[in-house]
Amino acid sequence: MSRHTFSTSLKDEEIRGKKPLLFPGRYYLTTDSFSLNRFVRIEEYPVTQKDPAAEKLWFSGNEALALGAFEASVKVASGYPGTPSTEILENLANYKSVYSEWAPNEKVALEVAIGASFAGVRALSTMKHVGLNVAADPLFTASYTGVRGGLVIVVADDPSMYSSQNEQDSRNYAYAAKLPMLEPADPSEAKDFLKLAYRISEQFDTPVLLRSCTRVAHVKGVVTRGAIEKPTLTPGLEKNPAKLVMLPAHARGRRIAIGERQQKLAEFGETLAENRLELGDTKKGFIAAGTSYLYAKEAFPEASFLKIAMVNPLPEKMIRDFASQVETLYIIEDLDPFIEMRVKAMGIACHGKDLVPAIGELSPSVVKKAITGEAGAATFAPAELPPRPPNMCAGCPHRGLFYNLNRLKVFVSGDIGCYTLGALPPLSAMDTCVCMGASIGIAHGMAKALGEEGLGKAVAVIGDSTFIHSGINSLINTVYNKSYSTVIILDNRITGMTGQQPNPASGSTIMGEPANAIDFPELCRAIGVKHVRTVNPHDIEATFAVLKEEIERDEPSVVITRFPCVLTPAEKKRPKTSFTSKIENCTGCTMCLRLGCPAINWVPLSPEEAKGMGKKEKQKGYALINETTCIGCGQCLSLCKFEAIGTGEGK
Amino acid sequence: MKEHGNIHFCGVGGQGILLASELTAHALLAGGFDVKKSEVHGMAQRGGSVEAHLRFGTDKVYSPLIEPGTVDIMLAFEMMEAVRYLPLLNAKSTVIVNTQKIAPPAVATGKMTYPDQCLDELTSRSITVVPVDAFAIARKVGNLKAVNVALVGVLSRYLPMNEATWVEVIKKRLPPKILDVNLQAFQEGRKAGQ
Repeated sequence: MSRHTFSTSLKDEEIRGKKPLLFPGRYYLTTDSFSLNRFVRIEEYPVTQKDPAAEKLWFSGNEALALGAFEASVKVASGYPGTPSTEILENLANYKSVYSEWAPNEKVALEVAIGASFAGVRALSTMKHVGLNVAADPLFTASYTGVRGGLVIVVADDPSMYSSQNEQDSRNYAYAAKLPMLEPADPSEAKDFLKLAYRISEQFDTPVLLRSCTRVAHVKGVVTRGAIEKPTLTPGLEKNPAKLVMLPAHARGRRIAIGERQQKLAEFGETLAENRLELGDTKKGFIAAGTSYLYAKEAFPEASFLKIAMVNPLPEKMIRDFASQVETLYIIEDLDPFIEMRVKAMGIACHGKDLVPAIGELSPSVVKKAITGEAGAATFAPAELPPRPPNMCAGCPHRGLFYNLNRLKVFVSGDIGCYTLGALPPLSAMDTCVCMGASIGIAHGMAKALGEEGLGKAVAVIGDSTFIHSGINSLINTVYNKSYSTVIILDNRITGMTGQQPNPASGSTIMGEPANAIDFPELCRAIGVKHVRTVNPHDIEATFAVLKEEIERDEPSVVITRFPCVLTPAEKKRPKTSFTSKIENCTGCTMCLRLGCPAINWVPLSPEEAKGMGKKEKQKGYALINETTCIGCGQCLSLCKFEAIGTGEGK
Repeated sequence: MKEHGNIHFCGVGGQGILLASELTAHALLAGGFDVKKSEVHGMAQRGGSVEAHLRFGTDKVYSPLIEPGTVDIMLAFEMMEAVRYLPLLNAKSTVIVNTQKIAPPAVATGKMTYPDQCLDELTSRSITVVPVDAFAIARKVGNLKAVNVALVGVLSRYLPMNEATWVEVIKKRLPPKILDVNLQAFQEGRKAGQ
């Protein structure tokens, strides 16, 4: 292999000029967060454009999908952040030829993309697997209307639930909505398959699903730059009610068209080069798609493979031919027996979930063990260690709220976001978490179930982005149906958990342009909430007093805890003074430790050490503030009764 | 000759682990290897345990995941985290470990204690342990965030690319403002890894 220079860069002419952060030859560390997709590097590489090696890129699957959308001449892209799909749009927003946006939720995002497709341009919608549940309504009927400009929905599954509340297999949606679905195995295929998806979409007049997953989205590999496809349609509006207005009479006609489309797609799959036969040793034959193919290939490099690119519809003839050529047929797939069930329905004998786990992500060793029954090389057993779960950041405004909710001993109906970490000790102040926006409806349901008995016992907590996503409807319901539940909106001005994406309350767009910021108090009043209070959650005592009052109220109320996320650019820039420990005053009462702040550490003391420090022998330790991580939010100061915390002034 | 290897990066969110894995990936690519790298994003960013799997080879690399018991080199940014991923190691693994201790929540709140002598878990299984005080190196060069590049300096001793390749990669990938301290950190790390 020759030496190449691998670039992560975009060319000058591709870069969005309006985004002030990005221009050539400069480097920006947009955040110190974990994701290197956030470590934006736009640079000029010292290689000539004629050198084909310069066209090699070191890209994550999500970066590759963004490049694929650019090369496919996508004009409009809309999505909602969700791990592991988020960085597709974040990267796509850097390409100036593409309009990108964060929508309030996935349903809106898909509808925007459908509209763009109807107007004759190529459109993209991105989301995680649970987001497709939200977008399922437009998805099922977009299957009926078909498209004008190519329409692709990228959905990212999360086997093993690294960052999700459930484990879903999105391939089932492709079957249920009667749509073609492509499944790439790595970043390079992700880009190529996205471009292929647009060609299929326009050729067969259908939305196309592309199934990504954690090990495609967040895997980095070598990607080769490709040709930019020129759009073939002229954008514009064409009236075609029989195809676009899904009245029952029209829909019945379209249902028949879908049947014909499925037939044509099935025939197309038989000739699709990406559905690839790799004949090797024919004792074992594997049918696999996506990352499952990689795992099986790694486990059995000598065996025969039918690598499926289009998982719906499946190429039946290819499968029959392959099955007839191998002694034993195995279907290797993550999660559900999607391919297996269909192969069995063809009357072909095969092994699948009788051997391969249906829970969690696969790996070469899992596949090998499943097929051969042999355990791999003996490995060391895990050591017993204190766990290291994620924690809210030092200075996180949510912490003060959850500390108070713990004190109030209320039942907390929770939601999806960083604040779900409020369920963990020592805050331990979240009692339900189901899906985006569910907290408010669940608290209302509890209020209706319990009547007067429940008054003052339950609250709903929901972040700003989640409230806009799908909490607003539930708040309307709470008011309309005369509940008494208290809704706490944790307004930190940003979509925090997925890496600080702007939302309709942030005042800016994904493309770095200023935008309207929703006024939550006004919105809540317009919905009909009479009692709307805004508090600073860092002020523990004031927040406690307001919460106590509102929770006991027998009418709907909203408390907005408003303070920006510590990871927003403005907050990071704001000068801060870390607090200091006055160890001599600390009695080891542990009050401050109840916040679970990562900047406060317990230092244990032996009786001798305590005595040596001039403390009572029975004092078991003291609290020490880490001055490099503390940002002086002030929450612990209000809890300390012994003046053992200094505000760091005059340092 | 076919060459391949598995490098595991682990530590605590915020330590610059993923940047270290990026620099290593780019150095391997510049050395002519095929490379795949896998990261888990999401919940891990909030001070949780973070890991990256990096696999390279002269042949095509298929799976982006390192199998249990197959790590060749581990670059651990925190002592306890090196031990946490013990099932990925084997008796021939080399573990380069930053001798820094970062208290997890249960330790910080006094509910549990940080395991004493936790590296014994590795040495007792005849795993080669290379302890490095990368925090001291970072302090010496004047930027506490340079821990990651100091560790990359140590790692560079264990991989086939020459020093110039690494330096070139660091120059390309780091912002000019912090380049000099990081180049120093890399050199100090290389010295420590001798």
